[in-house]
Amino acid sequence: MTHRIGKTLSTLGLGVVLATGAVSGPLVGMAQAAGASDTEHERAARWQEIAKSIFGDRQIAQTDSLVKIDAPVRALDAALVPITLTMPKDGQIKAVSLIIDDNPAPYAAKFEFGPAADPAELKLRVRVNNYTDMHAVVETQDGKLYEAKQFVKASGGCSAPMGMSDEEAMKGMGDMRLKFAETAPGKPVEATLMVRHPNFSGMQMNQVTREYTPARYIDKLTVSAGDRTVFTMTGDISIASNPVINFAFKPDGKPIQVAASDNQGGRWQHSFNPPSPTN
Amino acid sequence: MTADAVHPRTFGAGPSRRHALFAGLCLCCLPTLGRAAESFAIEEVGPGIFVRKGLIADATVDNDDAIANVGFIVGKTGVLVTESGGSLADGRWLRAEIVKRTDKPITHVVLTHVHPDHVFGAGAFVQDKPVFIGHAKLTEALSARGEFYRKRLIDLLGEDRTGPVVYPTMSVADTAEIDLGDRRLTFTAHGPAHTTSDLSMIDSGSGLLFPADLLFVNRIPSLDGSLRGWLTEIERLKTLGATRAVPGHGPVAVDLAPALADLSGYLTVLRDGTRAAIAKDVPIEKAVTSVAAEQRDAWALFDTYNGRNVTVAYQELEWE
Repeated sequence: MTHRIGKTLSTLGLGVVLATGAVSGPLVGMAQAAGASDTEHERAARWQEIAKSIFGDRQIAQTDSLVKIDAPVRALDAALVPITLTMPKDGQIKAVSLIIDDNPAPYAAKFEFGPAADPAELKLRVRVNNYTDMHAVVETQDGKLYEAKQFVKASGGCSAPMGMSDEEAMKGMGDMRLKFAETAPGKPVEATLMVRHPNFSGMQMNQVTREYTPARYIDKLTVSAGDRTVFTMTGDISIASNPVINFAFKPDGKPIQVAASDNQGGRWQHSFNPPSPTN
Repeated sequence: MTADAVHPRTFGAGPSRRHALFAGLCLCCLPTLGRAAESFAIEEVGPGIFVRKGLIADATVDNDDAIANVGFIVGKTGVLVTESGGSLADGRWLRAEIVKRTDKPITHVVLTHVHPDHVFGAGAFVQDKPVFIGHAKLTEALSARGEFYRKRLIDLLGEDRTGPVVYPTMSVADTAEIDLGDRRLTFTAHGPAHTTSDLSMIDSGSGLLFPADLLFVNRIPSLDGSLRGWLTEIERLKTLGATRAVPGHGPVAVDLAPALADLSGYLTVLRDGTRAAIAKDVPIEKAVTSVAAEQRDAWALFDTYNGRNVTVAYQELEWE
């Protein structure tokens, strides 16, 4: 199974092209997906290999308190699988990585938290290409690593055609919205960041030329409250198109800055006024 | 008016190991455990118009993906196939039913949209060299998804029963008309709705509308184009002058107005519920279990498709 991993593991690089397509409409139920028949042992061995390529020889301890992954056991749409990472221990988490073991580029995203972050809960949407284990690995402030996992049944998410032309998919690229949930004063504010970007996986076929659309994905996304960083995300092709990220931050009344870049040199920056602290 | 019905035949085999592999699919909906496509009846729903009701199920190893309402219209100069079938095997079955009833040439095959249960029967008609009629956007949609659908179907049915991806040879960007000598078929290319390649047709001989999957009856609609667009196209279907229609899924013919009312009822609840969820910051993973839940008893296969419909709707509506 090592051939699935490719050589781009240790960095968040472009994954290898493997399969075609995901389904929309009738065919939803006909899954005999790749990876469906792997044994527990095979999955564990694959994870060992991936973990080593990302984290080297560092020890990773199991945890059921520092991080928890919530994902649907069976994805309704393999190209948009909602993931919630819960990290309840305030102040202890430095970074979290999400790894989708059997995706062509398994290292889906890494979030490094800054002083304005409240990492208690983080949501994002990913593509899932196979029946796979998903791992969340947190790094605590003292530099230790802890992992949690969840098994997800989905298939074809990375190669799912977007159902529109590339031009249409790229319309408004870089547009952003930031929505704030109502919050009691003095509490962290929950926010939803939406970014218009096709996040082409490199595995989707161009509908007109019948060639693969080159991968074009958000590789860096930084959110700051004033001068203080909330988080920096390093992303890859496993993030679903039009990325949406829910996070929480500690407001100080200063504008929220969002800076995004993609692997083809696209750069976008937006500023948002946070809810008034007196509210 | 009823054509010779072909009665269900049961093939002896009991549930096989492959059934177990597809656990979770609705095998209970199948009339037999044999080859379902060979156990269908065809009904004459109008003069010279024959329709077979598709199974209210998803594609399985046993049903040849014969889940859509397929059929044909016998005109003076030739036969127009209204829907080709869900696999080569299903298309061959349909072709055999045509040949049983008429020796007129098969001159036209309509590919109503990109979904596999509507296009993979086309391979059975290639030998007749018909005009394959499709929406102007169908070619690009098929080139994006056709091979993927084909692989999926091969996993299920095997290569021999699946067939090739067949592309339209006549594309309809707005409207078009076909003359079969004694009747005219008028086509309308719709904006993004059920999919981005929906083509409807009206027969001048009977006044029947063939909206394909722009109209689901009893079976829950699946959303793969645009929710707002679909509600718009429903209004357009109402203006085409038809009172009866052959839906893409459901009974072979229905009164159009109440069927459209049921459909737009579901789609409206889906739209409004999804909008409300977005407005209240209900995340997508919670919305999929709550939005449109009140429609559950009204639709077959609700649990298979509703959550997915909410997912598609959410992505469309969150940017409003």
